[in-house]
Amino acid sequence: MTSTPSLDVRGLAYAYPDGHQALFGVDLTLGRGERVALLGPNGAGKTTLVLHLNGILTAGAGTVTVAGLPVGRKHMAEIRRKVGIVFQDPDDQLFMPTVREDVAFGPAAAGLRGAALDAVVARALDRVGMGEYADRPPHHLSFGQRRRVAVATVLAGEPEILVLDEPSSNLDPASRRELADVLRSLDVTVLMVTHDLPYALELCPRSLILSEGVIAADGPTREILSDEELMTRHRLELPYGFVPGSVA
Amino acid sequence: MGAGHAHRLYRRGDSPVHRLPPHTKLAAVLGFVLVVVTTPREAVWAFALYAALLAGVAARARVPAGFVLRRLAIEIPFVAFAVLMPFVVPGESTTVLGVSLSVPGLWGAWNVLAKGTLGVAASVLLAATTELRDLVLGLQRLGLPSLLVQIASFMIRYGDVITDEMRRMSVARRSRGFEARGVRHWGVLAKSAGALFIRSYERGERVHLAMVSRGYTGTMPLLDERPATRAQWAGALALPLAALPLCLFALLG
Ligand SMILES: Nc1ncnc2c1ncn2[C@@H]1O[C@H](COP(=O)(O)OP(=O)(O)OP(=O)(O)O)[C@@H](O)[C@H]1O
Ligand SMILES: [Mg+2]
Repeated sequence: MTSTPSLDVRGLAYAYPDGHQALFGVDLTLGRGERVALLGPNGAGKTTLVLHLNGILTAGAGTVTVAGLPVGRKHMAEIRRKVGIVFQDPDDQLFMPTVREDVAFGPAAAGLRGAALDAVVARALDRVGMGEYADRPPHHLSFGQRRRVAVATVLAGEPEILVLDEPSSNLDPASRRELADVLRSLDVTVLMVTHDLPYALELCPRSLILSEGVIAADGPTREILSDEELMTRHRLELPYGFVPGSVA
Repeated sequence: MGAGHAHRLYRRGDSPVHRLPPHTKLAAVLGFVLVVVTTPREAVWAFALYAALLAGVAARARVPAGFVLRRLAIEIPFVAFAVLMPFVVPGESTTVLGVSLSVPGLWGAWNVLAKGTLGVAASVLLAATTELRDLVLGLQRLGLPSLLVQIASFMIRYGDVITDEMRRMSVARRSRGFEARGVRHWGVLAKSAGALFIRSYERGERVHLAMVSRGYTGTMPLLDERPATRAQWAGALALPLAALPLCLFALLG
């Protein structure tokens, strides 16, 4: 990786206001265009880490750098444009009355108007295959469609890095595969938080394990998933009958 | 804006009235209602002409009379009030079919009925030709404070989500053998309402996070900056402008 990394996290530590410490010095680097899975048991601090990436939570110690720009008050607007976060529940993410307005929200907040805005919205919806649904209200869509629109709302901002919190949860197998096709077709850096280990193997050549607030492993997804001892130590289990080595 | 939040008062269509920008229609209805309430109640002929104007609008909007009449039903509580007036208002009385009625009461009832019906009919026509979402945008265009517009927009967006949550909770209660029967069960219902409130409140926090993540800084960007043309304003304001001379004539005559 010779160019500036998309994401660089150094010594990130964070304690919630109630005193519960969730992160204890996280270090990770994502090169431009990489697709990386962030694995870890419930309560490991994955969502907490994600909320640091665009400055929603402010690090107690350490730094987060996005494409060379430090996350902090000074560059907040730009950071939020560069880091696109897709939250777990699409109903939280889609807050406007129609799909089109929702996708337009980010770019419009950044000052885009008129034909340029329409073009950005149309392109983002086409990238997730939801172009026909622009005028529908989000709650009339299926869960999988809403998840894809949620991805479009974030893509409309042309982010440097796309962060997804459990993108395959609650999707039926077909929707899960459709979302995989969408993610594979994108040329942005992707950080994908997931409990769906086969999904991680399918989409992400590289994986990180976050456990008890630190990065416990970093390597090729197949190697990590095949390391039984490592997996057990961090409460990670493959679905019954799934053998990582046997998947092409 | 296409198939959005069709509400029960809305009637899908593509008439010249449907196509008018929502804020011009809002301004027109407001103007019309002001003219109607200013008209002295004795000018019965003026009210007949106002009704004819509305009928004209309905015809242009291709909204059938039956549709409007059925939706006038929300007026019924006020009608009941008006019907009482001739019996209870003191003053000079007259005898109709052997019943003694108060003359000021009759005029009062007529006043409430005529003005109320015209106002409601105009609003029904507005609602029949404008989607809920567009009405909110129209209010924003007319300068309603952004915070109120945002609250209204979120009510449109999350009304169904919360009703759905409420329904799921009720299903969960009944699946565990609970039927709300009588006062003894109100405690359970109150607890469910509390849980629903907390869920909605937490959803509000998550939505806010999502908004901030996408660059929200306190105001909603106004997306459809299609200003109304002079012709559109003229089309919408034709209604109050036609009503105004009738009112002036009644006032002076
Ligand atoms: N608002 C909060 N206040 C206090 N503690 C919190 C808060 N949110 C999370 N925590 C705690 O921080 C730790 C990390 O939580 P986090 O949500 O980041 O885990 P996660 O890895 O995303 O888990 P999951 O896989 O279940 O989504 C947990 O122990 C959790 O209880
Ligand atoms: Mg989480």
